[in-house]
Amino acid sequence: MIPAAFDYQRADSKEQAISLLSEHGDEAKLLAGGHSLIPLMKYRLAAPGIVVDVGRINELSYVREEGDHLAIGALTCHREIETNGLVLANTGLLAAATKQVGDPQVRHRGTIGGALAHGDPASDIPSAVLALRASFIIEGPSGEREVEADDFFTGFLETALEPEELLTEIRVPKLPNSTWSFQKFNRRAQDWAIVGASVLIADNQCGVGLVNMDSKPVRAAALEGAVESGASAEEASELAAEGLEPPSDLNASTEYRSHLARVLTKRGLQESGK
Amino acid sequence: MTINGTEVSADVEPRTLLVHFIREQASLKGTNIGCDSSSCGACTVHLNGESVKSCTVLAVQADEQEVTTIEGLADGETLHPMQEAFRDCHALQCGYCTPGMVMAAVSLLDEIPAPTELEVREGLEGNLCRCTGYHNIVKAVLQASGSKS
Repeated sequence: MIPAAFDYQRADSKEQAISLLSEHGDEAKLLAGGHSLIPLMKYRLAAPGIVVDVGRINELSYVREEGDHLAIGALTCHREIETNGLVLANTGLLAAATKQVGDPQVRHRGTIGGALAHGDPASDIPSAVLALRASFIIEGPSGEREVEADDFFTGFLETALEPEELLTEIRVPKLPNSTWSFQKFNRRAQDWAIVGASVLIADNQCGVGLVNMDSKPVRAAALEGAVESGASAEEASELAAEGLEPPSDLNASTEYRSHLARVLTKRGLQESGK
Repeated sequence: MTINGTEVSADVEPRTLLVHFIREQASLKGTNIGCDSSSCGACTVHLNGESVKSCTVLAVQADEQEVTTIEGLADGETLHPMQEAFRDCHALQCGYCTPGMVMAAVSLLDEIPAPTELEVREGLEGNLCRCTGYHNIVKAVLQASGSKS
């Protein structure tokens, strides 16, 4: 399978990437590690006229401690995140979810920014950044803005990113004393989750992000509220699917996905000490 | 790009996949195309020393980078220790997955020099063997690492 023909431009800096995006608008797609975009292009589900390769902008690959949060460059690859000492010590949930993405070859190439900008409800990483209440730094021709994870995912494969904007950094709160659990149900080792759950307990705060439980990555808000009001794991997990519209497909019906969400969040809460 | 230490240069369309560049421009046919959808791992090569699935990398992404294929592992007539271990343990049946499996296994030991059996099995989750000969493959990787199974 070979993608449809396209023009290729390599950006050597984020400024150059933003200028190429401004020039080409909707016609252009950003290429980071390529592990979401290239498969879509091979299946001809995406056929951008111009691919802007940002994969070599090394200034966007880093993990830094900045006050109360970790700053993670959007082009940091999954392998770096799952093994990085700062991530493991301060935000273990993100490392655990990242380790479940694809397989080692995929994690050598795929990047956190690429996975998030794709906005796929079946991806593991959005669930972790939602549970962690991370925020995203977005840069465009008119400067920089910060968007909360809750406001970033706007629909199926849709995000708050405008066509001429670039996701540059993910800010994850440092929570070294949190307890957490990442739960993923699938049938074969490297498959996408049929349903997944990122569960985080930090002091009296509860964060639960779900995989494949709606048309976009979502939090289980009703469940979180119940935990914060003192409900047990058993009681709170009953609310895992409340208000959500999980898809129905060959792998699972809507009802079965709701069932899985209840089971996985219960296990996740219990593993997190609830 | 440099493939197995040799400079290979060609003008190709941006949509050319790395695996096609390796097989057609560099005429190295050891890297197999299996599923062509980044599931099976038959096309695994090293890009700057790390395992990648070359069906999901554009050749232009490897421009000016270092690529190693199965042909680049042996030192003349002397097999790489991983190739030797695959031979000793009979870690192949039809052989189609073998080049990718060996490349993934070499990259795995670079990251985890003395893995447990579970770490080997998890580390090779991106490589499918349709003959289902996983048991001897795991044995070979453990032998190559010097670990006891």
